[in-house]
Amino acid sequence: MFKFLLVKLAQLVPTFIGVTIVAFAFIRLLPGDPILLMAGERGISAERYAELKAQMGFDRSLVAQYFDFLKGLLHGDLGNSLVTHSPVMDEFMSRFPATLELSLFALAFAVIIGLPAGVLAAVKRGKTLDHTVMGVSLTGYSMPIFWWGLLLIMLFSSTLGWTPVSGRISFMYFIEPVTGFMTIDSLLAGDWGAFLSSLHYLILPAIVLGTIPLAVIARQTRSSMLEVLGEDYVRTARAKGLSSFRVIMVHTLRNALISVVTVIGLQVGLLLAGAILTETIFSWPGIGKWMIDAISRRDYPSVQGGLVLIAFIVMIVNLLVDIAYGVINPRIRH
Amino acid sequence: MALLDIEGLSVRFQTSSGLFAAVEGVNINVDRGEVWSIVGESGSGKSVSMLATMGLLPWTAQVTADKMAFDGQDLQQLSSRQRRRIVGGEMSMIFQEPMSSLNPCFTVGTQIDEMIKQHLGGSRKERHERALDLLAQVGIPDPARRIKAYPHQLSGGMSQRVMIAMAISCNPRLLIADEPTTALDVTIQAQILELLLRLQEDTGMALILITHDMGVVAETAKHVVVQYAGRQVEKQDVKSLFANPRHPYTEALLSALPERAGDQDRLPTIPGVVPGQHDRPTGCLFNPRCRYATEHCREVEPVAAPDDPARTLCHYPLEDGISPSPAAAGVARDNPQSSPHREVRP
Repeated sequence: MFKFLLVKLAQLVPTFIGVTIVAFAFIRLLPGDPILLMAGERGISAERYAELKAQMGFDRSLVAQYFDFLKGLLHGDLGNSLVTHSPVMDEFMSRFPATLELSLFALAFAVIIGLPAGVLAAVKRGKTLDHTVMGVSLTGYSMPIFWWGLLLIMLFSSTLGWTPVSGRISFMYFIEPVTGFMTIDSLLAGDWGAFLSSLHYLILPAIVLGTIPLAVIARQTRSSMLEVLGEDYVRTARAKGLSSFRVIMVHTLRNALISVVTVIGLQVGLLLAGAILTETIFSWPGIGKWMIDAISRRDYPSVQGGLVLIAFIVMIVNLLVDIAYGVINPRIRH
Repeated sequence: MALLDIEGLSVRFQTSSGLFAAVEGVNINVDRGEVWSIVGESGSGKSVSMLATMGLLPWTAQVTADKMAFDGQDLQQLSSRQRRRIVGGEMSMIFQEPMSSLNPCFTVGTQIDEMIKQHLGGSRKERHERALDLLAQVGIPDPARRIKAYPHQLSGGMSQRVMIAMAISCNPRLLIADEPTTALDVTIQAQILELLLRLQEDTGMALILITHDMGVVAETAKHVVVQYAGRQVEKQDVKSLFANPRHPYTEALLSALPERAGDQDRLPTIPGVVPGQHDRPTGCLFNPRCRYATEHCREVEPVAAPDDPARTLCHYPLEDGISPSPAAAGVARDNPQSSPHREVRP
């Protein structure tokens, strides 16, 4: 198991180097210039432009800039934001818990609904329930997030007035950030009202963000269950005289989970990507919204730093998935 | 009263091109402690009829029978809960592919324990002891270590031994073995068969052995059912079956045994294959491959004569190795099978 982990960790290194190159190059490939954007419509003199460019280090060669970036990265320094002048790492870390909280709730929503739905669809194969689950999940998968979010806001927030339109918590509460998770912090503060309010604000964005993963998980669970249901050992389990509940939930699901866990791991990357849209729709103060702002201002250090950090997180999550995979599947472990 | 009493068992599958009768008119009545064998080529519906008895067929299968009783209990009338008490506990089954019949996610011990817990109960320690006992009983060396093994760490023969340990863990009164040696090495095959017969003798359980190997039948069974294309064509005790096969199909199967082929250069074979869903002939299902078939056989489906104890599904059942069929006259002279070459005897 230890060796397995070491190998997996070693495999991350080239991926990570690739990510730094892409992140560095990506923002510089976009047309536009941070200095010109800052100068605004009135423009800027050529001397002042050159001065600022030198100050920001953009006058050096791209290769030199890249190695500066890489050197800083190894020291945990992602540079300062061109806009706020505070360290990118601090900016990221202050917003990341909001995104993480939203993503975790979205993922929980997707798994808690998607997994049972997939199992039921597989067990009731070809019946109305199966067609319903598969039809709904295909619809969910095909919907653009921003459109789906706006629809839900129109229905639940504007028309019915059930949920708030944007933000993380009602302005009536102020919660001292400890973990950065509004739900946990409000519980730590012992404020039930704040906790419920934070859930209230969380529910709609989490549903919007979780819809696509939900559809993917439901479909993957169904097909994986169907495959395992045809296996000889499921027949053996039934020949033992076990209840169908036990045959399905223990003997079938356990094996079907192996591929479902992989898919769930892949969804984490998509969740962080989807968070950018969802956070923009709901004005959720997380990294998604921050990245969009940074991109539109051509804030090179923030964008490349943010991308590298997000990629790093996705890589770590996939490592965790690989470990979980080993735990579920004894054929990998031994 | 027979332990397993099955009359007129039929299994039909709902397919895209309508109902397909995989099994029709199978009768078996196994008494306590008897060893039965079901033989036939692949596609004869041997496994399907036993899976139907166990209630293990997918929902697309429609199982009907005039009578299907285990120890006097009508299996068709039982609730699924009552039936699960019999399946696994009193009547258990092992399968053709031992490697894929064990769940890869659980250890051998867990899988045996689950079965004991379901039917016998007992404390965790008692169950563990019993599992160790069983593993030793089926000839697994070092049971204390093997009990913690995962199926992928076992060979095919070991897996089949584990399957057998599991199947006998709750002292079943009937064990159904569905081609238990087909997927194994020849050397292991004999060991597994020996093990099954020893366990059968020790415990006094009844055994139904599904096989396509007439040699295995000769060595093991007391009673034999011969199936062809889902139909039961003949049912006899093994001695008279080998001495006087009634159905031409049985005769052809026997004559394909190397021991009975005598000094011929080539083993006799049965030309053609078992008809599938789409190429079933009219009349007798065996007629395209039968050396004695007549126009009558090609047109009219045979029924077993009511006074025939073997219930032979043939218009012209063989009498002492000689077919009364008019078509037999032509083949009788160059027919080595009907000569009394019978080296293989039960």
